[in-house]
Amino acid sequence: MWDYVKLAVLGAIVVLAAIAANYARDLAYQVHAIIILAAAGGLFVWTLRRTGEARPAPETGYLDGVVRAGVIATAGWGVVGFLAGTFIAFQLAFPQLNFEWAQGYANFGRLRPLHTSAVIFAFGGNALLATSFYVVQRTSAARLWGGNAAWFVFWGYQLVIVLAATGYLLGQTQGKEYAEPEWYIDLWLTIVWVVYLLVFLGTLMKRKEPHIYVANWFYLSFIVTIAMLHIVNNLSLPVSIFGSKSVQVFAGVQDAMTQWWYGHNAVGFFLTAGFLGMMYYFVPKQAERPVFSYKLSIIHFWALIFLYIWAGPHHLHYTALPDWASTLGMVFSVILWMPSWGGMINGLMTLSGAWDKLRTDPVIRMMVVSIGFYGMSTFEGPMMSIRAVNSLSHYTDWTIGHVHSGALGWNGMITFGALYFLVPKLWNKERLYSLSMVSWHFWLATIGIVLYAASMWVTGIMEGLMWREVDAQGFLVNSFADTVAAKFPMYVVRGLGGVLYLTGAIIMVYNLWMTVRRSPAKAEAPAMAPAE
Amino acid sequence: MSGTPEKKNEDGYGTTGHEWDGIEEWNNPLPRWWLWTFYITIIWGIGYTIAYPAWPLVDRATAGLLGYSTRGEVAEQISEFEARNAELQVQLASADLNTISDDAALFNYAVQGGAAVFRNNCSQCHGSGAAGAVGYPNLLDDAWLWGGTIEEIAYSVRHGIRNEQSLDARWSQMPAFGADELLDEQQIVEVAHYVLQISGQAHDADLASAGAETFDLECSGCHMADGTGDMLGGAPNLTDAIWLYGGDEATLIETITNSRFGVMPAWSEEFRPAGGLSDSEINAVATYVHQLGGGQ
Repeated sequence: MWDYVKLAVLGAIVVLAAIAANYARDLAYQVHAIIILAAAGGLFVWTLRRTGEARPAPETGYLDGVVRAGVIATAGWGVVGFLAGTFIAFQLAFPQLNFEWAQGYANFGRLRPLHTSAVIFAFGGNALLATSFYVVQRTSAARLWGGNAAWFVFWGYQLVIVLAATGYLLGQTQGKEYAEPEWYIDLWLTIVWVVYLLVFLGTLMKRKEPHIYVANWFYLSFIVTIAMLHIVNNLSLPVSIFGSKSVQVFAGVQDAMTQWWYGHNAVGFFLTAGFLGMMYYFVPKQAERPVFSYKLSIIHFWALIFLYIWAGPHHLHYTALPDWASTLGMVFSVILWMPSWGGMINGLMTLSGAWDKLRTDPVIRMMVVSIGFYGMSTFEGPMMSIRAVNSLSHYTDWTIGHVHSGALGWNGMITFGALYFLVPKLWNKERLYSLSMVSWHFWLATIGIVLYAASMWVTGIMEGLMWREVDAQGFLVNSFADTVAAKFPMYVVRGLGGVLYLTGAIIMVYNLWMTVRRSPAKAEAPAMAPAE
Repeated sequence: MSGTPEKKNEDGYGTTGHEWDGIEEWNNPLPRWWLWTFYITIIWGIGYTIAYPAWPLVDRATAGLLGYSTRGEVAEQISEFEARNAELQVQLASADLNTISDDAALFNYAVQGGAAVFRNNCSQCHGSGAAGAVGYPNLLDDAWLWGGTIEEIAYSVRHGIRNEQSLDARWSQMPAFGADELLDEQQIVEVAHYVLQISGQAHDADLASAGAETFDLECSGCHMADGTGDMLGGAPNLTDAIWLYGGDEATLIETITNSRFGVMPAWSEEFRPAGGLSDSEINAVATYVHQLGGGQ
């Protein structure tokens, strides 16, 4: 019966997508309708061939297939995102790389959202999906709730990524940073995300442990808050049911405020809370030590999620935003400093008594550096939110450097550590293929981040000072073009940092691939959840 | 899944007794320095929101004890310089540009201020060093399309060129000889070679001499019989090595075939209510451009 429902739904989607492709008002919409048609059509045939077949009894162990798929997607999208980032870094240094023949498809303006979405939502998002599915099962001693719903979440999310990426290249955007996809992609993501929430909550509810582990608090706050942010920031009216364009419900400074309430909490709940969930599982597991302080985890969790949601206005200092909102954004950002550092302390101090592992285990080293960069960027962030500092740093490359020390250092490195932990476990291998390759990855990535962050601090502060420089009579000293010309050498350094980081990631992909192919299998069967 | 509460760490704290997939948690207290720093930021935050505009009320927000506002801060900085420059500013708005260089203080002020105006408004097209680009004249040399005296430069800035904003904008239009079929392709090539000849470049002598007559009939009205141009109509001198769009054969043919229509905005605030230049700013930027080297 369930198969017939699925066939009916998929058939209806195929027909509607064909109609949409026919009446499409713009190219991006048409391409998307064809992608959806192909995906639904393929699924229709696949379901049809399985209809009426005898099904194997549902498995009772952990559902790890979807975690394996998530790991592969994380590594793959990671390389794509880093490659796009490195290329656009060189486009800024050498504008000739905005090739004439690729205008309108592969110029900086089209590729920039492709890069940011690929690294945040494709690489980071898949890392969060995969690790949250892994961690919630292990720490609840329960199989994922909802049968194959987790697979729906995984593939549904990949569809969002493909639609978003192709849309950017074809010029589809609603012009909101980190929320560029248009209305129908937003609607689809909402459906996928609600199912994600249900799978996660359902698994927590059938847990066999008396308490919910701290990693799951963070994952849950990430899933719930992202749902809220996504829906409110994307409230818009489509101009036509057959076109990409939509009109935002909010206007002017209200729209800007909504956007940065969303934008900053995408950092706060996607890239901080979600990844803290990752940190709280993989660091104690890899270090084989208890978490440093349960009390600290409670206090910093509640302080973090309460305070983060107010910090958005610091993106809009000295704009049309009223001063009172700007002040509150700044004050909450500064108070957020210690709650953020609570996570750093809990991560680093978990290693007390196990510091010697830093010498022998490059995976632990990666996690420690990741936590270090987390601490650094969560100090830098509150500092940059202070109005006086912001008047120098805003609109400069300092912001770009800040974001990347967090993204490359914290999000990237903790994800690499989690992947190195997960792959041998998921493919039932004795160990990683090569620890020396992990060391190479570690040093390439670390030096790459240092080059990136240092060059952006230099250009950021330099251009901030050049922009505000006035002579004794109050006249501007530099033109904007002068500041651009002065930044050139540092742009090249930044690009080279990207090359190092990308090279490290490619080494990781090779190492993980060889782990799956060549590493000796583990002797005993993997631990299964108790039979249900 | 039972924990091991009897386990103790080196500080004498046990674990919470819970265990998840082998992970336990120490019962360590909050680090003192962490807690106190957290308290201090909260206390600072309360104080800051009392001092500065912060808490939204029903129809307004608290203004803060210091009476601070971001707009007020900027206005204060601007007015400080304005007060300092007030006298020179008044003089500059009504200065006689032809004699401005005689007053050293005023001249220096005009050049510095004009440079800043130029960086903000002009450098996007004419380059931050005023050396121009293809289609945007170089302002450093002594070739001028519409006149290089300080008064003429000020006029060009104020009213612009071929725009719809100012009725007094400088205006002229070269016909599109090819596109409008005023000349056939052969004639255009001939004229181009004639221009190559009078500008001292390599050319085909036969084509050039054939083009001389066409030039005399069609072009000399604006560019003058000897091709030296006419500033009254913005017609460039074709005998020198300075080219706005390029002096090679292909570019000349393109220019003659389709014409050119370079536009410069009218910069006076009279025509640009938001972001235009005041009289003193126009005088300043004209003084700056005039003294770059090519002023007449």
